[in-house]
Amino acid sequence: MSRAETPMRQAGAEPPEVAAPGAVRAPSPLWTFGLLRNELVTTFRRWRTLALLGVLAAVPVLVGIAVKIETRDGSSAGGGGGAGPAFIAQITNNGLFLVFTALAATLPFFLPMAIGVVAGDAIAGEANAGTLRYLLVAPAGRSRLLLTKYATVMAFCLVATLVVAVAALIMGALLFPLGELTTISGTRISFADGLGRALLIALVVAASLTGIAALGLFISTLTNSGIAAMATTVGLLITVQILDQIPQLHALQPYFFSHYWLSFADLMREPVYWDNLVNNLGLQALYAGVFGSAAWARFTTRDVTA
Amino acid sequence: MAPYESDDNTGAPEADELPTGRRKAARYAVPVAVVGLAAATIGLVPALADSGDPDLPKITAQQLIEKIAKSDVEQLSGTVRINTDLGLPNLGGLESGLVSGATRSGDGSSADPTAKLTELVSGSHTLRVATDGPDRQKLSLIESAAEYSLIHNGKDVWGYDSKSNEVYHGTAEEAGKDHRGQEPPATPKDFADEALKSVDDTTSVTVDGTAHVAGRDAYKLLIKPKQSGTTVGAISIAVDAKTGMPLKFTLTPAAGGAAVFDTGFTQVTFAKPAASTFDFTPPKGAKVTEEGDASKAPGSDKGLPKAGDDLGAGLGESFGKDFGKGTDGSDGFKVLGKGWNSIATFDTGSEGGIPSGAGAGGGDLGGFLGSLGDKVSGKFGKGTVFSTRLINALITDDGKVYVGAVTKNALVEAANAAK
Repeated sequence: MSRAETPMRQAGAEPPEVAAPGAVRAPSPLWTFGLLRNELVTTFRRWRTLALLGVLAAVPVLVGIAVKIETRDGSSAGGGGGAGPAFIAQITNNGLFLVFTALAATLPFFLPMAIGVVAGDAIAGEANAGTLRYLLVAPAGRSRLLLTKYATVMAFCLVATLVVAVAALIMGALLFPLGELTTISGTRISFADGLGRALLIALVVAASLTGIAALGLFISTLTNSGIAAMATTVGLLITVQILDQIPQLHALQPYFFSHYWLSFADLMREPVYWDNLVNNLGLQALYAGVFGSAAWARFTTRDVTA
Repeated sequence: MAPYESDDNTGAPEADELPTGRRKAARYAVPVAVVGLAAATIGLVPALADSGDPDLPKITAQQLIEKIAKSDVEQLSGTVRINTDLGLPNLGGLESGLVSGATRSGDGSSADPTAKLTELVSGSHTLRVATDGPDRQKLSLIESAAEYSLIHNGKDVWGYDSKSNEVYHGTAEEAGKDHRGQEPPATPKDFADEALKSVDDTTSVTVDGTAHVAGRDAYKLLIKPKQSGTTVGAISIAVDAKTGMPLKFTLTPAAGGAAVFDTGFTQVTFAKPAASTFDFTPPKGAKVTEEGDASKAPGSDKGLPKAGDDLGAGLGESFGKDFGKGTDGSDGFKVLGKGWNSIATFDTGSEGGIPSGAGAGGGDLGGFLGSLGDKVSGKFGKGTVFSTRLINALITDDGKVYVGAVTKNALVEAANAAK
């Protein structure tokens, strides 16, 4: 956390007025949006955030170029054996599949890692830089500040997913043909329908990340070190991903936040297979509820000294 | 969420004067309550949804069997869940690797229906089925982020493996008189038909109450062997009360425990599926394997239709019946005993060899089964018994094989008697 961020933070905030003891001042509802806007601008202006988004955008570019080179001589991608990320074999018929491949490739690690960094930094980073108490001096209230932080992390989830999807779409359009596409069930849908599904898939992927976002935010309220919060969140992510591969734990696995992540691919079936999608969204809502409220319980009762 | 005005505004000093211990506990109760609520919902919703068995008019077993026979469901679409637990070691990905590895060397197309549907022999799978008359059927095997579809439309049979983007093309005439001959049984109806074919005097058939299956009211038909010595405990078939369509098929072993084999609709509608469901054109750039090419490919020593029969027989074997019927025409086959205690026997001619087609779990597992057998001896000499929860096989050291859904002792007795 650099010192340089401190003035920017204060510039966006309302003039820090300390509420007189006993006086209860109700801020206007618009104030929340001001706080949110300020928070969004702060987050998305950071070099760190931009670098994360850059890395995410590079993944589909690399996948696209790799598939193009590999299939130059007419062979099929992924060695023809169905290896590699989901949908990779279909990219050569239709560039739109690069969107799905890129999301399938980034969802297990790159996307949640980026979310973990941003969410872990949300509260602990402020505390680390010594800016948290200034934020609390403004009459926002801790609950409202926490909600704003969570909304910002969610916005980052959406932006990060869309960055991957749009980069993949541009790359796919440049390198591969577009047009009617074949769903994984073997039926054909029009390109417009395919684009609609791609958008829906991007939204589902963004929603899949709300669980780890809430988890990261909770961890962020536990510590005063931004680095520790980020490392813990990303470490938990890796641990859960490993545990999800151990067959002996199959009874627990449906409750891991990453278990149904790849269910977004079910939107490419015809008809759409909803069971796992619904499980996924329900599970993310559960994580958001549990860790969101835990973060609230912790943040509104803890002593803020930094 | 508590109103922020009262106690969230920690900028105000008086907030710190509250008894923070109790306040803390109260706030941490919220996430705990959310967890509790979720646990209660997960636990209670299935219990509430299971609102008792439906009230249906009484029916005799004979009437129910006739109902199944008369059932003329031409159009349906639904989701089928198949669980097979033969008690084979859980090979996980290794097993499918073996299967696909074997196919790769054989004919080189992962879209080949024989290879793909062998996977159904073990584990848990979700299938989607759609049928519109005898000419149009679709069977899709749902995999993680991929799907394998077998589409029969008129005289074309297409297999499409979305994971490797490979297409298999055959024609219904070439594959046999009927597409059904090539497609292994998967739906509860396929199994129910087979099971009912074998009902004779060694079997008791009763109606065992009613049940809800896939949101429909159904009668339960219970088929039980009268003989002892078989490993088959009971077969339960849930039959849709309206259409007479079997909706669920469960085979439990005599030894108890979880069902060995269980297939049932989790969702079903009897409406006409969209015509586009059965339309298939190979996507651009997909590798298409024609049926003829596949069987001519080097290294492929078994023709596809025959391999399909083997698989069908392998699954049919799960009933412990029809084993002899299913493999009619193969050399050296004899069936000893009758009814549920039938034991198939054949001579491999190779001493001490473990024939690849002997294991109930499919030929590719033969090697694995070899390390799992128990040594037995008797009047017939020495041999090895390979057991699963349903099918047991005795392979004698002089190359004779005895297979059946019977206990180990029954196999040894059969071998002794044959000597």
